[in-house]
Amino acid sequence: MLLLLLTVVFIVSCKDKQEDEMIVYNKHAAKRQHADSVINVKIITEMPPTFDIGRKATSAEINEWDIDVRADGKGLPEGSGNATEGKAIFTQKCAACHGKDGEGGAYARLVAAMGDTVKTKTIGNYWPWSTTLFDYIRRTMPYNMPGSLKDNEVYSLTAYLLYRNKIIDSSKIIDARSLPGVVMPARKYYVNDDRRGGPEVR
Amino acid sequence: MERPKEEKEYSFNDSKKINRRLLLGSVAASAVIALVKTTTGQLVPAAVPKHVSVPPDPTKVQGPPPGALGTRSPFEQLAKKTSDTSSRTPLQSLYGVITPSDLHFERHHGGVPVIDPTAYKLVIHGMVKRPMTFTLNDLKRFPSASRIAFLECSGNFRSGKEEMTPQEICGLTSQSEWTGVMLSTLFREVGASPKATWFLAEGSDAAVMTRSIPMSKGWNDAMIAYGQNGEALRPQQGYPARLFLPGWEGNTNVKWIRRIEVSDQPFMTREETSKYTENIKDGKIRQFSFDMDARSIITFPAYPVQLDKGWVEIKGLAWSGRGKILTVEVSVDAGKKWYSATLQEPVLDKAHTRFRFLWKWNGHETEIMSRAIDETGYTQPTLQQLTDARGNDMGGYHLNPITAWAIKRDGRVLFKPEKWK
Ligand code: HEC
Repeated sequence: MLLLLLTVVFIVSCKDKQEDEMIVYNKHAAKRQHADSVINVKIITEMPPTFDIGRKATSAEINEWDIDVRADGKGLPEGSGNATEGKAIFTQKCAACHGKDGEGGAYARLVAAMGDTVKTKTIGNYWPWSTTLFDYIRRTMPYNMPGSLKDNEVYSLTAYLLYRNKIIDSSKIIDARSLPGVVMPARKYYVNDDRRGGPEVR
Repeated sequence: MERPKEEKEYSFNDSKKINRRLLLGSVAASAVIALVKTTTGQLVPAAVPKHVSVPPDPTKVQGPPPGALGTRSPFEQLAKKTSDTSSRTPLQSLYGVITPSDLHFERHHGGVPVIDPTAYKLVIHGMVKRPMTFTLNDLKRFPSASRIAFLECSGNFRSGKEEMTPQEICGLTSQSEWTGVMLSTLFREVGASPKATWFLAEGSDAAVMTRSIPMSKGWNDAMIAYGQNGEALRPQQGYPARLFLPGWEGNTNVKWIRRIEVSDQPFMTREETSKYTENIKDGKIRQFSFDMDARSIITFPAYPVQLDKGWVEIKGLAWSGRGKILTVEVSVDAGKKWYSATLQEPVLDKAHTRFRFLWKWNGHETEIMSRAIDETGYTQPTLQQLTDARGNDMGGYHLNPITAWAIKRDGRVLFKPEKWK
């Protein structure tokens, strides 16, 4: 019986020496402490740099989801559009909810130029970046068919809404080069939150 | 003091002049079913639900055997209050500091997606050494962490009439124990660049929700959570995995997270420009207001409670997105004098904290209110202080004013709405 047990221990320890050594993470362990066992255990006090869990992301799966457009225009796709085409698409796909020409609909009013008496905060009087319009429309509109628009349609709708908000004139072509250059009237009012606690109410 | 069941009162909230005592009495006496109207016009049973038969003496009959799932007592009519865009936690009906998962508030911009956990993946790319994809199982294999913390929508303030419950005024805050993998662990795994300053978090709902988050928060205490109160996340809370950012405005805690893009600038998404920004003084618009300011609310006694003369334990919740609650002060004379309330231990960082305060009501008209003070030395302001600081055009986000309850001579407790626009 004892012999059997010893043999088992021997086999186990041999096997372990052949394979990778066993490592345990214990940040409270004294630096040079070794586990008091027949199995060779190394104690580390720093987290391993990686756990080798997960796999490399393929560029196909990144590209499929990487639809964001940054304020500097990074992420804008090929294609272009203009306000005239945008108006036609808007009437067909957006007006039912946002109203004819982007006002007076059941949902979000989309037209309020800077200086208008209209109080609603939207594209013309409140949005700080023109690129956001492309990103948002492509991402999630029309509400009843999110993600269904082609890039050219999104460019045209963007052009149309910028035009309706008196930011560009109706002839401007909107594409990856021109859109980031469209400066929104409200941008200059934006400040970062700099409150960091403490007694002051701001 | 007889303290009527708060959740019962909530269901009676919208019924016209039904005598509460009579109804409560009838519950005890027999199985009469009273129907009351909710705000949506639905008729719901207010007393004994139809399918429940109450034996005259429970010690004389065997009860049902053990079941596969526990159930809430049919006498407890807990519910969120829903609108088209959100549903609110019944703060006045809860004990302690944990919000039952099915009563956690909801706010989403494209409905609740159905996601197959076996098909789920999280992609992390951008300014990283190794762009990587993690399955749900991968996420669960990493070292895990749990923490109890609140989650509050930054649009959590309603006012306008006296007949408003804590749920209606500020029910867009809830608290859970969240479990997951720290985002810092994943950042190390993918080798996030030390030069990166922002990351984009993106959800897989119909809104494909996106928010830009400073990397410092990601390294500090952000979590990719897959557990909530001991079980998997509820679908409404981001099943199977969400971003959890302790103390930060609800919207940044992107649910159903599918992608993280590491970058060196914010992305200026619609949800951090058109929405979740606020007008402050001099025509300025404040952006990236992430921390939730310290706040508290008395949840008892509160509308629609009918108060009796005598000893009252005033109770409520206080929390701060900037740290621990240091003190909660209570006033029972409309804000003239303030006294420290008792805080329920343990007081946790960025967590709902229960406070209690004993008071003997003499039957006179008065106003009761509470104010939270957090460990940074910030004291919850009045609405007047907020308008003074931010101007009359101040936006509706990040409003955390002191909530006052007017106690009427006849024991009615009414919200004290203040005009600000
Ligand atoms: C079925 C109704 C519906 C349709 C159709 C629709 N929208 Fe919307 N739209 C909404 C709703 C609802 C919101 C608000 C969503 C939110 O806040 O989460 C919205 C928000 C917006 C906003 C943001 C407004 C702001 O100020 O923040 C823009 C821009 C927009 N829609 C553009 C469009 C365009 C362009 C189309 C046509 C391609 C379109 N929408 C079609 C319902 C609709």
